[in-house]
Amino acid sequence: MDYLLVSIIKTLIVAPALLATLAYIVWVERKVIAHVQLRVGPYFVGPHGLLQPIADAVKLLTKEDFIPSGVNHFFYWAAPWLGLMFAVSGIAVIPFGPQVDIFGTKVNLGLADINIGLLWILGLAGMGVYGIALAGWSSNNKYSLIGAMRSSAQMISYELPMALALAAPLLLSNSLNLREVIDTQAGFVFGFIPNWNLFTGFQVIGFVLYMICAFAETNRIPFDLPEAENELVAGFHSEYSSMKFAAFFMAEYCNMIIVCSVATALFLGGWHPIVPQAIADFVPTLLFGGSAAVLFYHGMNNARPNDRYSFPVFGVIFAGLALLFLIPGLGPILNSLFWFLGKVGFLLFFFIWVRATLPRFRYDQLMKIAWLFLFPVALANLVLTAFGVTFFSK
Amino acid sequence: MDLVLFLTFAFIAVACALNMSLQRHPVSSALSLIGVMVSLAVLYVLLGAEFIAAAQLVVYSGAIMVLFVFVIMLLNTGAEKLTKKAGLAHFLGFPLLVTLLAIASWVITNATSTMAPVKFGAFTKGGPREVGWELFTRYLLPFEVTSILILIAIAGAYRLANKEMD
Repeated sequence: MDYLLVSIIKTLIVAPALLATLAYIVWVERKVIAHVQLRVGPYFVGPHGLLQPIADAVKLLTKEDFIPSGVNHFFYWAAPWLGLMFAVSGIAVIPFGPQVDIFGTKVNLGLADINIGLLWILGLAGMGVYGIALAGWSSNNKYSLIGAMRSSAQMISYELPMALALAAPLLLSNSLNLREVIDTQAGFVFGFIPNWNLFTGFQVIGFVLYMICAFAETNRIPFDLPEAENELVAGFHSEYSSMKFAAFFMAEYCNMIIVCSVATALFLGGWHPIVPQAIADFVPTLLFGGSAAVLFYHGMNNARPNDRYSFPVFGVIFAGLALLFLIPGLGPILNSLFWFLGKVGFLLFFFIWVRATLPRFRYDQLMKIAWLFLFPVALANLVLTAFGVTFFSK
Repeated sequence: MDLVLFLTFAFIAVACALNMSLQRHPVSSALSLIGVMVSLAVLYVLLGAEFIAAAQLVVYSGAIMVLFVFVIMLLNTGAEKLTKKAGLAHFLGFPLLVTLLAIASWVITNATSTMAPVKFGAFTKGGPREVGWELFTRYLLPFEVTSILILIAIAGAYRLANKEMD
């Protein structure tokens, strides 16, 4: 009974948090790309466009749900929700933090703790193609169909090197359970190098390979051939509007969060901090406290008239966050969450950064990279890691 | 709880299997087959074979069926038309089906009468570690033979594709 209750509570926390993150990651993406390109991005809805996601949601909900003629109704309707379902289900096996004591109950931070966690994510990644493929096929539009075909071929090709790249850290950790994989990465070598698979497992190549495949799996630039705007209108979702379009959008961003979480868990040590624990406990406090101090300073010496009021308000919020990390019972939980979400956030920022920087590959280049470069290198990396594990584990 | 889940997904599996042969459009049939495979994966989990379940998801519904759907889309096949010329099938189909089911149930009841029924949660050796251990000790020869078989298949496919291009 306890288990059921705890699971329900965890789901009730994670699900709204995920949806809010999905909404605001779009805002972050628009802001970051805008600043990379020397624009300001969304600015008018709320302070610095902070309410823009809500405005977008209202717009998408109230827009006409247009169904073009000649579509296969059942699949046209089912495809976006199928894609979203497979994307969201992946979050169930991501561990956000260690096992903690909450009012005497031992709780794993994370929804489900299963022995085949990583296989579950790989399985869902494979199933995620159906949403896109069916959407493109049922839309009765040649551009949609081309987008869907590209997407299926691309995902099949990139799943191979991705699985091979992921197998190497699994060899090091000797488990498929993401929580156990993270637990083996605790501690430091020589007192300052974190014992992550990326550093002490020599998985730099594996990490780079995985990130490249992750871009392809989530259909992001530079691998966004399935929705290449200047060739295919909008690819597989050309014919979609309203909430169905939003479902594709949410699925894409949810997939991004999941691949970044997997990279964090397998390569970047999950919730284990990058600096020794004694210092790491104060990093969030220092970071938020420092931000609060900067905000207070600029509020006092304001450049624009409104800053006199808005900056101190945000300063108080940040100072409150900084103090939250110092509460004895809550501090350790928030700390591990801070490190895990911080790493995931950095990788997400990297995704956005790449989108603002790189052009799209040509389709033949895309296939050549997967089969002639990524696949052999991933295989070599796996074999070398296997040799390393056999020699050094004795 | 286990029984409810078992009945639900067994029903879904059978319904999807029926739907697969009744649908006239190839894509609908392929998707019903995916439904069968996913419900089978759930049944594997219920029986404690979690690794087999994950492999079922990754390999069958995630890779092989994607290729199926891909090829169906590539060929752009439409809905099949029902023909009324299959007279023999019309008369013999139902009796043959009944005979087949009867034989199958007879074989199953006779062959399994000595075996104990499977209990939910009784089997605990379905994790990746146990499956891997068995695969590389007890079943090493079949495993390696299968891998060579797949290698031959790849070489054959490569040869055929090359022939087409010349």
